[in-house]
Amino acid sequence: MKFVDEYRGAQEAQTYARAIARLTTRPWTIMEVCGGQTHAIVKFGVDELLPKEVELVHGPGCPVCVTPLELIDKAIEIASRPEVIFCSFGDMLRVPGSSSDLLVVKANGGDVRIVYSPMDALKIAQANPAKKVVFFAVGFETTAPANAMAVFQAHEQGIENFSILVSHVLVPPAMEAILSSSINRVQGFLAAGHVCTIMGYNEYGPIAEKYHVPIVVTGFEPLDILQGVYMCVKQLEEGRAEVENQYTRSVRQEGNIPAQQIISEVFRIVPRKWRGVGEIPQSGLGLSSKYQRFDAEEIFGVADYTAEESPDCISGLVLQGVKKPGECSAFGTSCTPEHPLGATMVSTEGACAAYYRYRGLRARAVAIAGREG
Amino acid sequence: MCLAVPGKIISITGSDSLLRCGRVNFGGIVKEVNLGYVPEAKVGDYVIVHVGFAISTVDQEEAEQVFEYLRQMGDLDELEANTI
Repeated sequence: MKFVDEYRGAQEAQTYARAIARLTTRPWTIMEVCGGQTHAIVKFGVDELLPKEVELVHGPGCPVCVTPLELIDKAIEIASRPEVIFCSFGDMLRVPGSSSDLLVVKANGGDVRIVYSPMDALKIAQANPAKKVVFFAVGFETTAPANAMAVFQAHEQGIENFSILVSHVLVPPAMEAILSSSINRVQGFLAAGHVCTIMGYNEYGPIAEKYHVPIVVTGFEPLDILQGVYMCVKQLEEGRAEVENQYTRSVRQEGNIPAQQIISEVFRIVPRKWRGVGEIPQSGLGLSSKYQRFDAEEIFGVADYTAEESPDCISGLVLQGVKKPGECSAFGTSCTPEHPLGATMVSTEGACAAYYRYRGLRARAVAIAGREG
Repeated sequence: MCLAVPGKIISITGSDSLLRCGRVNFGGIVKEVNLGYVPEAKVGDYVIVHVGFAISTVDQEEAEQVFEYLRQMGDLDELEANTI
């Protein structure tokens, strides 16, 4: 496949890995923000090509993982109602709520449907005027223009039986939350290439400057990630903290302006709770007042739900790059993709699920050996 | 979740700028994609697609940058080797 396969060459990857090794004089900790990058790193073993001084830690960039528990409970409550067709991206269905998940709702007769795009949910609403069709609008900035377009079109076309349950999160406030934490280990970032395709990267300059961290906007294929690491290590070694763009084939500095316009038309910035992390100010999107009537939380009266997270799950620390999946005593034993304790084990982009799938219990053995060594 | 895949536009339909659609070929699989956010995209261009929406047009010159960077590093290596 063009623009995919050529970025997976083993020989080029080795060349980049050797170049990084030559460049590195001391230990550095770099966080890749996006779950898609985490998945590629573990799948292709990119981290295992790097010199031991360069450690990649995995960031909070998996929207499925950071969707708060009470929002899953709200989804389950809404999806259980007989008048509802509940539409979602597939990976949300197995995320455990307080006592159930959406797959169980489906098994018990709820009309829960997996869709590829929010526009598919809008079509289902048009085809089923007697039903209330709810779309579970999760995602980062990358997905916001698609979800915004569905609401915008519902408004324009007067489709009143459509609504969305919103759990949109924003990347830069989460990076700031990580950097300002007293337990932070991150010295440089690989920023999320598709988030920046939408938003551009002007927002990152003040973060790089304030916290003195290099930020390299990076793509998703192995060579992209290796080049991103190279650029980041080069900055660290030279004492620079700038914003650079590795993923130039997709990302422009100003981002995608038409997409940004529709995001600001439909959404407004709100505080948002992140699963495992807690509330981060100004870190989410909610519907703006003009589009409030499409808010499923209001329509179904579930806005004030609360829930407590499992104390056994360390996914919050994993999401902040403080711990690796194998350092959790539940990893691969009481917590597996079939029976996940926390969301980082559910989504294929969650760090725990990626380690379990590609490394199995070896991840735990490596973590224990690392601690003892 | 932010997975987005490059594909080639093989046809474009629709006049409303926000609902402009195209058929996009992803290595043999053809899907209908909304092109409202890539007004510059034309037939034959590669676009990066996320949940049914094209979010950028691939810059074909910039796509070579990863390899250009490698070549430059190779040249530097040679220079360093020659200096020693």
